Amino acid sequence: MDERYFQPEIETMGRHDLEALQLRRLKESIGAALRSPFYRTRYGGAGITPDSIRTLDDLRRLPFTTKDDLRGNYPFGLVAVPMDRVVRLHSSSGTTGNPTVICHSRHDLDCWANRVARCLYMVGVRDTDVFQNTSGYGMFTGGLGFQYGAERLGALTVPAAAGNTVRQIKFIRDFGTTVIHAIPSYVFRLYEVMRESGISPQTDTRLRTLVIGAEPHTEAQRRKIEESLGVKAYNSFGMSEMSGPGVAFECPEQDGLHIWEDSYIVEIIDPQTLEPVPDGGIGELVLTTLDREAMPLIRYRTRDLTRILPGECPCGRTHRRIDRIKGRSDDMFIVKGVNIFPMQIEKILMQFRELGTDYLITVDTVGNNDEVMVEVELGDLFTDDYSQLQRLTREITRQLKDEILVTPKVKLVDRGTLPKTDGKAIRVKDLRNNR
Amino acid sequence: MTIKQITVFLENKTGRLNDVAKVLGANNINMLAFCIAETVDFGLMRLIVHEVDKAVDVLRDAGFAVILTDVIAIHCDNRPGALSKILESLAENDIFIEYMYAFAQSERADVIINPNDLEKCVRILEEKHSDIL
Repeated sequence: MDERYFQPEIETMGRHDLEALQLRRLKESIGAALRSPFYRTRYGGAGITPDSIRTLDDLRRLPFTTKDDLRGNYPFGLVAVPMDRVVRLHSSSGTTGNPTVICHSRHDLDCWANRVARCLYMVGVRDTDVFQNTSGYGMFTGGLGFQYGAERLGALTVPAAAGNTVRQIKFIRDFGTTVIHAIPSYVFRLYEVMRESGISPQTDTRLRTLVIGAEPHTEAQRRKIEESLGVKAYNSFGMSEMSGPGVAFECPEQDGLHIWEDSYIVEIIDPQTLEPVPDGGIGELVLTTLDREAMPLIRYRTRDLTRILPGECPCGRTHRRIDRIKGRSDDMFIVKGVNIFPMQIEKILMQFRELGTDYLITVDTVGNNDEVMVEVELGDLFTDDYSQLQRLTREITRQLKDEILVTPKVKLVDRGTLPKTDGKAIRVKDLRNNR
Repeated sequence: MTIKQITVFLENKTGRLNDVAKVLGANNINMLAFCIAETVDFGLMRLIVHEVDKAVDVLRDAGFAVILTDVIAIHCDNRPGALSKILESLAENDIFIEYMYAFAQSERADVIINPNDLEKCVRILEEKHSDIL
């Protein structure tokens, strides 16, 4: 057996077989979904049955499921099994309305733990490892999700939960922790406190692997984590609606996250037209669960923006890869009929070494035309010469136009002058509706 | 002869200039000379101070984008025709002036020059005029 894979027969399954497996499970999922009050009304009313699905492409004809559907049918409207088979629920905080509740049967928890174990195994975690989880336990799925996954793998688990950094570091040293799961910002906190206490992560701990997720982070941040702690750090993607962690995960190649296609059908859609986006194009991630019985979700609109990375992965896994999450589809705006995502603009801006990291896109109506203004922070001054600054502005404008097909007005601004809310930068201001 | 000039990027926004003045004032840094030039979208403030490094630090800390440039500072008599004599010798030697600014007080004026060829400009001024700062 190949040591690299937790489940070689599934992870390296040929595409043809994998798609056949998906089709079979999709029909089962739709059959199961129809037993819930929500899908019975929405799908049953439209005459949709498992037999409506003959090929995977037929899935595209089914209506989407949204977060509002989950909220509107709070708490158990999408449960597809008798309640005595439900053994656990996870609920969101519900700060903006009804919480979203996801119910799990024993079978669902089993599949979930298996997926998380597969992810961890993929990045080299074995039963000889000591796995410390700094996620909050309880309703947050990063706690129990990783807990059961790491146990399934056979690692020694340290359910340290969130907070108390000094104690976390004591655990890391006393128990010989080799693997940590944490959000990126907490990793930096751990590192700082270690440094303040004169502890070298390289020589005073056995840390080798970090699993980071649940918080957007850049490639540069990942490299910084790897360098400062002397570890390999892998990106983890999940969401409570899809059970939690273990939806997609980086392999040792660190080039995209394999999304487990035996458990999910992946679609990337244009959030405006709802039409499929070809591989490589950015769009909204839409997922269908294939092995969840208590609460199957069909064509769930995640609102997360990403793309399918075209091509095969050298690691040998056949499950396709998604790019790291690029933002939320709610941030998309349309100018002159063109869909524009802030990240397209960000990508161009980040290529200019002269610029800082913050920017603000303002869309407004000037005369009868929609106009895009991009204000971007200057890094430090690189010249005392006007014409060079103007040349920079022109070059940014030209590259942006090539990317978004609309000519924006580019304005250089001082650092720290762009608006923020709760410490988070505002990226898009659409003034067109405020006239 | 050559001195460090600080250039500060200024957004075209009310109060930005005062922000610079306030930061320098709060840190007890006196401006000896400055000029401001602007385009539609932004301005550049060029200034001369005694404590260059400290000024750069406090301005950067306050979020300003700044750069140091070598410029030439010379004394010039504060009387009709004095500047012309200097400029004439520069023009004769094909020195092109990117920008310059000056301030006069009693019988003397201080002139800041940013020429296209700094070294050559210094050489010529040294040959023809003794009063480079």
